[in-house]
Amino acid sequence: MRALGRAAAAVAAAGVTIAGCAGGPGAGGSAGGISDGKVVLAVLNDQSGIYADLSGKSSVEAVKMAVADYKAKYGDKAVATDVEVLSADHQNKPEVANSKAQELYDRQRADLILDVPSSAAALAVAGVAKAKKKIFMDIGAATTELEGAQCNKYTFHYGYNTYMLAHGTGATVTKDGAKNWYIVYPDYAFGQDMQKNFTAAVQGAGGTVVTSDPAPFPNDNFSTFLLKAPGLDPKPEVLGTMQAGGDLVNLVKQYNEYKLRDKGIGLAVGLMFITDIHSLGPDALAGTKFTEAWYWNGSPENRAWADKFQSVAGKRPSFPNAANYSAALQYLEAVQRAGTDGADAVVKQLEGHTFEDVFARNGSIRAQDHLLLHDVHLAQVKPSAEVTEPWDYEKILSTIPADQAFQPADPACKL
Amino acid sequence: MLQQAFNGLVGGAFYAMLALGLAVIFGMLGVVNFAHGAFYMLGAFGSYVLLDSYGVNFWVSLAVVPLALGLVGVLLERLFVRRLTPLDPLYNFLFTFGLALILQDLVKRRYGVQSQPYPRPALLDGTVDLGLFTYPAYQVFVLAVSLVLCAAVWLVLTRTRAGMIVRAATERPELTRALGVDVGRWVTPVFGFGIALAGFAGVLAAPMRAVNPLMGADLIITVFAVVVIGGLGAIFGSVTAGFAIGLVSALGNLYVPALSQTMVFILMAAVLLWRPAGLFGREEALS
Repeated sequence: MRALGRAAAAVAAAGVTIAGCAGGPGAGGSAGGISDGKVVLAVLNDQSGIYADLSGKSSVEAVKMAVADYKAKYGDKAVATDVEVLSADHQNKPEVANSKAQELYDRQRADLILDVPSSAAALAVAGVAKAKKKIFMDIGAATTELEGAQCNKYTFHYGYNTYMLAHGTGATVTKDGAKNWYIVYPDYAFGQDMQKNFTAAVQGAGGTVVTSDPAPFPNDNFSTFLLKAPGLDPKPEVLGTMQAGGDLVNLVKQYNEYKLRDKGIGLAVGLMFITDIHSLGPDALAGTKFTEAWYWNGSPENRAWADKFQSVAGKRPSFPNAANYSAALQYLEAVQRAGTDGADAVVKQLEGHTFEDVFARNGSIRAQDHLLLHDVHLAQVKPSAEVTEPWDYEKILSTIPADQAFQPADPACKL
Repeated sequence: MLQQAFNGLVGGAFYAMLALGLAVIFGMLGVVNFAHGAFYMLGAFGSYVLLDSYGVNFWVSLAVVPLALGLVGVLLERLFVRRLTPLDPLYNFLFTFGLALILQDLVKRRYGVQSQPYPRPALLDGTVDLGLFTYPAYQVFVLAVSLVLCAAVWLVLTRTRAGMIVRAATERPELTRALGVDVGRWVTPVFGFGIALAGFAGVLAAPMRAVNPLMGADLIITVFAVVVIGGLGAIFGSVTAGFAIGLVSALGNLYVPALSQTMVFILMAAVLLWRPAGLFGREEALS
């Protein structure tokens, strides 16, 4: 009897809650208020393939941290009282990304999709976001197309891109004295794009690309290129590799075997994640320069956040982890300012917004093309003798200010 | 140029070792072992795990890992392959293909997809002066070991009674059986040996290549082409073709980088047009 009474009370309570929601600001989804009574953030990324370790499920944890921090900050005054975090695996396939994005926006009522690594998948999701008029903040993909010819009102690009990688490493290393480059790149869209951007950056800084060679992708034997390097005329001072993942590991292992550093040919990496350094061991890469969007041990604030992240995710954060956190947080802040999760109102709040958070220093979202501008760094891999704790692999050499790190807005972008 | 050719031979050493294992297994059992690449990957991961968790060094791994994988091969043959052999060859094809996927995914689940670190053994860290040029010691070692290994296998096959039986059973299983040799008894150790060889190549690869779950899958396609070029089931042919393909792809990288990956398959097509059974294969093996 008592059990029955409790059940009845629960049902009644539930009824009141539902009624409360229906009567709340979300009703009807009209101007203002929260649609469906809750804000839904969906992390769509690679959870089992080649990018799973550097973003994947750990980025979902980062987004949950952002939700918790938002709630803690605003408490009773939070506009978004009910925030749900979803995740889905796009397997790095553009067609899967496309259908998952549609499903997330339509059936699962996602208000925001985050991450989506690999450029083809990101462009597919940007198309869906545009058609559905829902917000998409891309972190994982590097292509500048997202803020170029294929930009749209609902898509934001957050964290890094090929221009920033090329400009940071190519121009800085050239200005530091390595004038002659030999570039080896994987023969597919990303590699070709990187090769083009790097060549432009090196030449812009007064350097020369002696030769650039396309390598098969994937490839486990780079000896041909490594042997060729010292014989080029003029002899390159730096080998720029645009390889990623397993290919990068293969190339660096062989670079060390051929002792090219001893022969006066330094190594610069187009795109490197901290997980790559971990794979190779810092000694294999010691001295290598690359552009880093964010480093967990780069400042006391970063470190404090990284400690918190480690307690939930069990590892040190990569830059995509931190960028996912920041994107989710800035989205929720925009919802707070707008007083609604209506996409058009939130876009208006994000455009031109300037802010500071643990990921974005001197952050601002450029209104013309929705690219996040923020300070980035030229980093160098430490030799293991200088590594004092697990995952402490990087030395920050210099900061590239937000207004110089990224390209000027592309006139091809019409929002 | 000479250095590049040498290079190609080092790459070819891996093809040769893997092709050798594939060839004996195919010859004797008629099984196209799609899991061969996965065992190569397990060889590399085996040495990584031994070093990382138990501090076992490279040299011990080089002996222990192939042995352990060889035993796994023996078990597999006893438990599955043997039962499937009398059926349509498609069954063993599906079995080994499925096995490869499962092994890859198990490793992926446990260790993720990023590559695992494996340092070069200290003894082979330097370079060797080969007269005409200096070369990384480790690569010279890989080439030497694989040549010695292939030569040893060749000697065993040509100079011993057991080798004679295996060779006969590999190249003409029906006839050998008709002569009163119990071919079945030889099948298990040969299968185990083939797997051990793949594992051995994996251990050798760990210090110079990315150790990740897909390393075998990426390589095995080329190795299949090698075996076909050499002539299915032809042991000598597979080894020769392995080194030859290594050479061709290294020089291809140098002169026509865009074609270097397709080169192997262009060569395969050309060889098959000229000799449908492969360079060293016999026409009757096709029927």
